[in-house]
Amino acid sequence: MNATDVIDRDSLREGIPDFVPGDTLKVHVRVVEGTRERVQVFQGVVIRRQGSGVRETFTVRKVSFGVGVERTFPVHSPVIATIEVVTRGDVRRAKLYYLRDRIGKAAKVKEKRATS
Amino acid sequence: MAAKAIVGEKIGMTQVWDDQNRVVPVTVVKVSAARVVSVKTPDKDGYSALQVTYGMAKPSRLSQPEAGHFAAAGVEPGKRLVELRLADVSEYAVGQELDASLFEAGQKVDVSAVSKGRGFAGGMKRHNFKGQGASHGNHKKHRAPGSVGACATPARVFKGTRMAGQLGAQRVTTLNLSVVQADPERQLLLLRGAVPGPNGGVVVIRDAAKVKKGR
Repeated sequence: MNATDVIDRDSLREGIPDFVPGDTLKVHVRVVEGTRERVQVFQGVVIRRQGSGVRETFTVRKVSFGVGVERTFPVHSPVIATIEVVTRGDVRRAKLYYLRDRIGKAAKVKEKRATS
Repeated sequence: MAAKAIVGEKIGMTQVWDDQNRVVPVTVVKVSAARVVSVKTPDKDGYSALQVTYGMAKPSRLSQPEAGHFAAAGVEPGKRLVELRLADVSEYAVGQELDASLFEAGQKVDVSAVSKGRGFAGGMKRHNFKGQGASHGNHKKHRAPGSVGACATPARVFKGTRMAGQLGAQRVTTLNLSVVQADPERQLLLLRGAVPGPNGGVVVIRDAAKVKKGR
């Protein structure tokens, strides 16, 4: 419990799905173009989730036209319209920086098999 | 001189979103109702100021002179007495309460507080001196300030030469912080940016003295 929690509570948002590094997400981002607002989807693998409270952020990596693109979002950012979890990944570490050095099939994250 | 001022307690820093969904770093200051204990006027005291108190103090913790001072004013004893220098105090009366509604969002304010004490600090920390080389035969002089002056002329060190000494724990004023949010109900004030002093420190918030005109 921090002393500033009174203020932080207003900035937190609800309805964020559970996701961890390795998961593939579709992040629906609000983009303002002049006066028009539209929603853009950024799909990729979560390679990092750090911080806590209002300051928590996560980084999504995708490869677009052969170029690696990473975007970091604050988890509670109002810029995000929705977060959709596409697949759950099976990974062994919290920070998946090793994906940056891999290309093609090696850069794929194994999908988690349903435990029943 | 300030037209209005209030005393508060620094709670800490956090961040909020602005209307364009950008992150704004803010300092949260608790501004509990300040009760006027005494009004200082130029005629009587030679200067104009408000003496205020805030919070609550146990009567058993007060010295007799303090208790008598509060009793004479008919004000409930508070944590401490703070003087707020104001240009004009004619509108204030003893017993009046000031709160966060004094300020509104978007307004510029100056904030004074006692900065965090760093003790006796060397030149590198205190004056941002560069220090000396890590290698090239340097021996035990890595953080030394270097020369403090010339030789036989002037044969002394000039006054005011920057050297090691006490750093921090002095009154510091940060100018032109903007008020992000004033919340009289929760007794909170959100100021954009950093405020001097530790969390829990006493800060004095005044309307800005050096606001840029026009624009």
